[in-house]
Amino acid sequence: MRSSKFVSILPPVIVGITGLAIWEGAVNVFDIKEFLLPKPSSIWARLFDEWGELRHATWETGKIAISGLLIGIFLGVLLALITNRFKVLSDGLTPLAIAVNATPIVALAPIFNAWFGITGTFSNQAVVIAVVFFPVFINTAKGLTEVHPNEIELMQSYASGEWTILREVRIPNALPFFANSLRLAAPLSVIAAIVAEYFGGPQDRIGNVITSSAGFAKYDVAWAAIAMASGLGLLLFGSALVAERLSMPWRISGDLEK
Amino acid sequence: MKKNNETLDEAVSIRSADKVFNPDSDDEVQALSGINLDIASGDFISLIGPSGCGKSTLLRLVADLLSPTAGEVRVFGKTANQARLDQDYGMVFQHAGLFDWRKVSANIELPLELKGWSKSERKVRSKEMLELVRLEEFGDHYPRQLSGGMQQRVSIARALSFEPRLLLMDEPFGALDEMTREHMQVELLRIWRETGTTVVFVTHSIPEAAFLSSRVVVLSPRPGKIHSEIEVNLGDRNDATREDPQFFQATTEVREALRAVEASE
Repeated sequence: MRSSKFVSILPPVIVGITGLAIWEGAVNVFDIKEFLLPKPSSIWARLFDEWGELRHATWETGKIAISGLLIGIFLGVLLALITNRFKVLSDGLTPLAIAVNATPIVALAPIFNAWFGITGTFSNQAVVIAVVFFPVFINTAKGLTEVHPNEIELMQSYASGEWTILREVRIPNALPFFANSLRLAAPLSVIAAIVAEYFGGPQDRIGNVITSSAGFAKYDVAWAAIAMASGLGLLLFGSALVAERLSMPWRISGDLEK
Repeated sequence: MKKNNETLDEAVSIRSADKVFNPDSDDEVQALSGINLDIASGDFISLIGPSGCGKSTLLRLVADLLSPTAGEVRVFGKTANQARLDQDYGMVFQHAGLFDWRKVSANIELPLELKGWSKSERKVRSKEMLELVRLEEFGDHYPRQLSGGMQQRVSIARALSFEPRLLLMDEPFGALDEMTREHMQVELLRIWRETGTTVVFVTHSIPEAAFLSSRVVVLSPRPGKIHSEIEVNLGDRNDATREDPQFFQATTEVREALRAVEASE
């Protein structure tokens, strides 16, 4: 098991390193200007030079992304549980939520600035919450509803009420659906936070570092900030995968949806 | 497990039961009409008929998962609703319906857990049940690690875990391949003999009904009615019984009854 996991991460690592090497070589060979595409080695050097500022910016953006992610998850799950209990609500809300989820919610960032203030962090956090909320709500609601009818009948044959059915069947049944939405929402939260920062909020964030560095033609710094943002996104995605593994030991790897 | 010998004569008694789905609307369907059926304790009854004959609906009336539109369903002398609340029956579906997130033994223990049994009592019982269905070594597996036949055996173990006097089965072997199905039939008869449980078994397989039952109830569709009842007496059955002239005789009787149903449509 362990060795097969090691083998499975080996190919992407090799491809990644090779890609960086080709990038470095191509910039040298074709003499590409630094402002068009800096070499990985100079981005790496910038990461060290600007470490203090970048670390601080990543931390601040990370706080917005993670807090927004958690609030969005909480609200999404809460509404899914409420709509599951009241069919009228779910009939009205679910199609609407699916429609809203198909729209580019980050485009609302400037509007949220007008609503919640351009200098504080809440506007940015609100964008993250909105982006996370919809996929979590839609998928969790689906998981709570899509239970095999025989499984409900079985519980009724045990004289179980709705509450027991929710606890014993619907919630565990919804876990894999919720986990799928988390895989989407975790990296989305970082994207949403950064795009929101392009439009406003405090100036010491990753989004602002990227825009201002690019504005001053410090493209290597901008790239270093993008690298930090990618790291943050991967970290959250990885955490979502670990949480999924730990909460669902019955899901054997390679085993698909039922 | 002790043999359930107390002869409560009547396990199930159905009097002029009708079932209408979506009454007074455009898609009103008369699923069952004028059903009268008595099932004695310890009997093994099969319900067979073409699709749409209401055999699964009839089973759900006994289980109180559906209520009759008219007529009366009594289980062990009580209303079907009271029998459900008292958990007088166990149920097995075609979809094994094991919960992925519970290990095999925890699936078997679920009804006991809901009844408030202690952990140690549950453990003892689930071990007994795993022995009964011959899956002693699989208690700590997750359902997905088991084959379809094994899952269905766990489902039977779960249904019998609280020693119900009645076992309701809705095409339980319908999704299994033919050989597994025949093994499961022999297993089910052994379990039936060992526990003395009354069984009501819905199937659309003629040999299955003939092999398992002491009485085959043939239903005709639109609306579902009892067309005829066939007594079968094959005594002790095993795989050799399938090649016995008596078994052939029984399947022929059931088949002819079903042909008569078709002809009368």
